[in-house]
Amino acid sequence: MTTLSAPTISAPVRTRRRRTPRLPPVLILFVLLPLAVEGFWVFWPALQGFYLSLTDWDGVSAPRWVGFGNFTELFADPIFRTALVNTAIWLVLFGGISAAGGLGLALLLQQERRGVGFYRAALFTPVVFSLVATALMWQVIYQPDGLANRLLGAIGLGSWQHSWLANSSTVLYAVLLPALWRQLGYVMVLYLAGLKGIDPVLYEAAKLDGATKIQQFRNVTWPQLRSVNSVILSVIVIDSLRSFDVVWSMTKGGPYHSSELLSTYMYSTAFQSLQLGYASALAVVIFVLAFGVIVTYLVRAFREDAS
Amino acid sequence: MTVTTTPVSTPLSPPALSAPALRRRRSRRLRTVGFHTVAGGLSLLWLVPIALVLLTSIRTFDDIAANGLGAAPHTFTLGGYGAAWTGGGMARAMLNSLIVTVPTVILSLVFASAAAFALSRYRVPFRRGIILLMLAGNLLPPQILLVPVFKLTELMGLYDTLPADIIVQLGFGLGFYTFVLQGFMRSIPNEIQQAAVIDGAGPVQIFVRIILPMTRPALAALSALAFTWTFNDLLWSITVLRTETVMPVTPALLGLQGQFVSSWNVIAAGWVIAAIPTVLVFLRFQKHFISGLAIGAVK
Repeated sequence: MTTLSAPTISAPVRTRRRRTPRLPPVLILFVLLPLAVEGFWVFWPALQGFYLSLTDWDGVSAPRWVGFGNFTELFADPIFRTALVNTAIWLVLFGGISAAGGLGLALLLQQERRGVGFYRAALFTPVVFSLVATALMWQVIYQPDGLANRLLGAIGLGSWQHSWLANSSTVLYAVLLPALWRQLGYVMVLYLAGLKGIDPVLYEAAKLDGATKIQQFRNVTWPQLRSVNSVILSVIVIDSLRSFDVVWSMTKGGPYHSSELLSTYMYSTAFQSLQLGYASALAVVIFVLAFGVIVTYLVRAFREDAS
Repeated sequence: MTVTTTPVSTPLSPPALSAPALRRRRSRRLRTVGFHTVAGGLSLLWLVPIALVLLTSIRTFDDIAANGLGAAPHTFTLGGYGAAWTGGGMARAMLNSLIVTVPTVILSLVFASAAAFALSRYRVPFRRGIILLMLAGNLLPPQILLVPVFKLTELMGLYDTLPADIIVQLGFGLGFYTFVLQGFMRSIPNEIQQAAVIDGAGPVQIFVRIILPMTRPALAALSALAFTWTFNDLLWSITVLRTETVMPVTPALLGLQGQFVSSWNVIAAGWVIAAIPTVLVFLRFQKHFISGLAIGAVK
């Protein structure tokens, strides 16, 4: 993350700290109070979540222990399979396009020139809106009499008109588009910060060696962006697995579960069907999928903290 | 200031532009035009949905019904705003949002900066373990917490009240804010603190008088981010709240859609109302916001 910290967040240079021998009690309180809040509202519930995934629970009577029963049931559940496949599609398309597109936009807009500030601001604006608001504005576009169909009609592609959100073969992509629209500007900002951190001397040297633009990208830019890339990769994977708001706002996973993600299926199983144990098992699956990325992220944080 | 420019004789230089120079200049102009076409086109693509919603919000219902949602407005009215604000309950939702967001942001930053202060400026046992544990909590997929948190709020009699929404988001965000702030505080030189210790200042005084003021840029960035995240939250709100009258703006926007099914002018007006606070925060703290996003890559 150090590579990403923008200039406004600079603090005076660190100097070696002398060892303070005794810890004043008030400082113990400073640490323990926040830790207690997080412990009570995050760690304790998380442990319960794992436990509940091994039970059958309707939320009223006591949870009944079923071992791995929920998980075997999951693998026979066709809706789970749809949600899993959709989550994978989401991960690849949402992740891939926002990473590649974000980098492309950052490369396009990295140079300070006339108008570039406006372009950056335009692409970044959607980040400010909530995903619910984003979903809503795209629903206006997707309505049968909305802009999307009108444009298609205007350019003579009337046969391509769809009711985008009601059609089970287009709905997932129709929901993906607003999410991308909002994410691209965000990834672009991260890459812009990363590009800014590259020492211009490296480009000077490459130019002296007669490197073309493409060679400069391959041999200077790309290797220099390595740590930014790994941060962005973690962010994107975590974001994809968390994606809930946009789908929930637009379709609630429908029609007929065709836009269901693991996160939306988990929510409706828990709070609409009240199968709290089964929903917890779904949550555990999401956790397992995210686990690798979380650990990678923590290892990075640990290393940077040590240096 | 060293003279490095070599006075090479240039027979091809102006006044008369040579053919290659002309070609170079033309290709540069072509590239500039190309850049503005591509970047301008993309920006337009990004702004069109926003413009469309703004335009929809000032149309009348009859206009939309007669000419279609994708048509240009034939009418102008602010009636949609009135309907969304009072009839649609956006006024109440906005109040709820502020009741949730402001304390969440303040408490998060107070708790996180206190923890960050102790963890970065003193030798707390298991310092690094505590920091990483707190960060790990924030990286968890929220889904694993939803059912237990829902039950926990019920058990404590907080279910369906705004304090539940505050404390849940406080707990979940703390790890990240603490992580960022402790990294920042660690880079403050120790001499200043030593001087204060010699003057007889206690840890609380050092925290409030010296470290906190020096952490202001990071606090500004994090408060802009925390405001936006909390204000835009959907998942926690719909997990710990149920009644329509206590819903903050973001979930209320979904409710508005259910209530005014095809009155797109009212829904669009609700959208504009919901977007105003975060847009204002963004405009006011633009620099902090963007730098905060860069450090806030965790979310």
